[in-house]
Order: sequence, then C-alpha cells, then structure tokens
Amino acid sequence: MIHIDNLSKSFTLHNQGSAVIPVMADANLTVAAGECLALTGASGAGKSTLMRLIYGNYLAAGGRILVGDVDVATSEPRDILQLRRETLGYVSQFLRVVPRVPTLEVVAEPLLAVGKSPEEALTRAKMLLGRLNIPERLWSLSPTTFSGGEQQRVNIARGFAHNYPAMLLDEPTASLDPTNRETVLHLIEEAKARGAAIIGIFHDADARARVADREIDVAQFTPKAA
Amino acid sequence: MTPLLEVQNITKRYGSRIGCAEVNFTLYPGEVMGIVGESGSGKSTLLNCLAGHLPPDEGAVLYDTRADGMVDTVTMSEPERRMLSRTDWAFVHQNPRDGLRMGVSAGGNVGERLMAVGARHYGNIRDTATDWLGRVEIAAERIDDRPSAFSGGMQQRLQIARNLVTSPRLIFMDEPTGGLDVSVQARLLDLLRGLVRDLGLSAVIVSHDLAVVRLLADRLMVMKGGHVVESGLTDQVLDDPQHGYTQLLVSSVLQV
Repeated sequence: MIHIDNLSKSFTLHNQGSAVIPVMADANLTVAAGECLALTGASGAGKSTLMRLIYGNYLAAGGRILVGDVDVATSEPRDILQLRRETLGYVSQFLRVVPRVPTLEVVAEPLLAVGKSPEEALTRAKMLLGRLNIPERLWSLSPTTFSGGEQQRVNIARGFAHNYPAMLLDEPTASLDPTNRETVLHLIEEAKARGAAIIGIFHDADARARVADREIDVAQFTPKAA
Repeated sequence: MTPLLEVQNITKRYGSRIGCAEVNFTLYPGEVMGIVGESGSGKSTLLNCLAGHLPPDEGAVLYDTRADGMVDTVTMSEPERRMLSRTDWAFVHQNPRDGLRMGVSAGGNVGERLMAVGARHYGNIRDTATDWLGRVEIAAERIDDRPSAFSGGMQQRLQIARNLVTSPRLIFMDEPTGGLDVSVQARLLDLLRGLVRDLGLSAVIVSHDLAVVRLLADRLMVMKGGHVVESGLTDQVLDDPQHGYTQLLVSSVLQV
C-alpha cells in the first residue's frame, strides 16, 4: 500500500547563509495492507520528517513515495488533497482546528468531506468520542479549551472517523491514561484488521510491541557525513 | 475534471512599474487558492485582473461558463463580463463599504443581486434575504436596518451574504478578515469554510495573514515584486518553504 523508493530530503536555509542540511538519503520501505510498521530511532533521527514526507507536508528532494498508485513526491496539489481526503489519514501530535467549531463537528468533518450524510457522520463521531471517554457535555464545545489529553483524544477520534486505507500515526498513545491507551490500541488493531496499512511512531515500547508487525530504525536513512 | 479557471501569463504594468508578471495557474471546482505576499507584491493587482476590474496588459483568464464552456474573460464584451460578475462570480472587498450600498437596507443589499438576475417577487426576495442573513448570523430583525448601522464584522458578513445569494461558483476575496477582531475573524472563517464545503465553491483568497490562509486555502501562491516565487499545497509551502522569501515570511510570524 505504501512504497518508498530511494527517498531523499534536504533543507536549504536561504536566510542563514544558504546552508544545506541533508536529513535523509536513500530511504526505502514498503508497508502492505493490514500491516503496521513502527519507526524507531533517537529524537532528531528523522521519524517525523519521514511521516511528513509521506503526507506531502514536506517536499521530497528525490525518489518516489507511492501511496496506493499516487506518487506523493511528484503529484499535483489537488491529487494529494484527494489522497488525503480518501486514502491517507494522519494523526499528528497536535490538534489544529478552526476556533469555535464544536468537537462533534471537528470529528465528523473528515466523513462529510468524503460525502457521507450528516446523520451517518455524526453517529460515527458520537460513537468514537464515547469510546474515547470524552464526556458528552463537552461535545458541543470547541476543543481549543480542552486539556492536552482531551485534545489528543479528539484528534484521534477525528483521525479514525473515516476508514482510511493508509494511516500515519505520530505517537498516538502519548499522554493518555491506561484506559484510553487501551482504547486507542484497540482502534489501531481494528484498523489493521480491516486492511489498513499503518506507519506509526510509538515511544511506548509495550504499545509498539503489541500493534507493530515490524520495526525500522530511521537512523539508517540519515546521510553519512562526507 | 475540467478546470473552472485557467490563468495564462497574466501581466499588468503601471507604466514602467510591474504590477504582476507572468502569472499562471489553474483552479479546479471546489478548490480554494490562497495568494500571500507583502504589501505591494501585486496580490490585489492580480486579483483585480482576474475578476475583470483591471484590464491586464497581457495574458488570458479562461473561465468555464455555464452556457459556452471555456471563454476568455479578458476579451469578452463588457456586458457579458458584468453579467458574469453579477451571477457566477462574487467579489468580497477588504472594506465592506466598497462592496455594499450603504444607503440601502441590509435586505435590499442582498435582494439587489437577486433582482439583477431576474427575481421580481418581493415576498420571495425578502424570504431569500432573510434566509441568507441567518446563514451569516445576522438576526432577521435587522433586515430593514442600513449597513451603516452595523458593526464592521456584521458589514463584512452582510457583504458575503450579498455575494453568495446568487450561488456563484467562483468567489474572489481580498483580505476577507482584514481589520476584524479575532473573535469575529474566527466566526467568519468557520462560516466561509462551511460555505465552501457545502456549496462546492471555488475561491481565490488574497491575504497577508498566514494563519487565515492555512485554515482556508488548499493551495498557496507566494508573490514578491509582482512575480509568483513559490506555489504548492498550503501546508507544504508553510511548513517546508523552498524559496528564500517564503522562508523569511514564514519565520517572521509572531507566535501567539
């Protein structure tokens, strides 16, 4: 489902003496449907960079990133947007929303974007928020005022609202209590069971051991200093 | 899918000075394009050239009209272009006073666009106007008040209602949230996003507020000195800017 060939990435800082910082070279990996790959490596090794490259958030310097049959490295913005809407989900560590929008609508939005009816979208959003123990009295409020853990759970509910065939999870279990952590791991297992290809970053070793089928150390993709 | 708007090589000079030069892009139905850049970079010149308010010196603006398919709006006759900007297009000015009739009631402002496309039944016009005032969160009892009695944020929302009542397919916006306080701005952003999604609108939004374009736009063009220096997916341009000027722009934003 996700296939990466010879991917490389460097940052050029034009305003700081045009410094070129190579951060990734010759990265190769494949994730099949129904499989979960965990990215490991020390902080700064390039785990999040790799995720952002796959999501099209960073522009690849070279190589191919195939998600389904779309090459994220070379596609037009509109093809990447369609990919993000229908195929590729991303649960980041931070919730970014329009202020004032109720939590329920934040969670239902990805479903509305793929053309689901409002009733169906809201039913699923309520189910997910319920499972993630967000109290019902908060559903009509904007998540911008929630605690860190609550925002994280709203973010997860939103990420799992649509059944994406491919998902990127950036520390989905960070800052969660044991009950909610368990729910999130269940959601990941359910996504795998329905055939989603998942790439995740898990600092929590137990969680990683439980949901990941394979691990890959991104340090091997770091360019060697010449 | 066929593009809704195809901009080819648009150039506008003010004497020897460049307004905007060699701008090319294609907008598809349902897409929102943001244009950012410092003041004087040619954003508004470009927007006015696209919307037919300024004649460009070179280039073509092809628009997929409902009746005749792709037509160049630059060479189109004036009455045809005016018809287009009353029906299929909308233009939201930075200052609502430029887009509203200040001496006519709120309902009249919305109704005028309807009458321009042939609506004549007073009751229906008033009902539609009431409905649209509700959608932009203006109380129905204010329908007979003049915009001069409205706050700046309400005027801006009224301008949006007036523009959207004829169900345009393409909306041009020049700093739609400029000069509004942040709570009104958030409300307006939420409103615009909902309208874009529910009505399948395409939009070209000029703004210098990167947070606004991040929330509203799918794609971004960065302008400097009349030229487009970078374009791409909004979050990619903002999170991984390639051009030196974009890097400067992104790194200059104050953190709240």
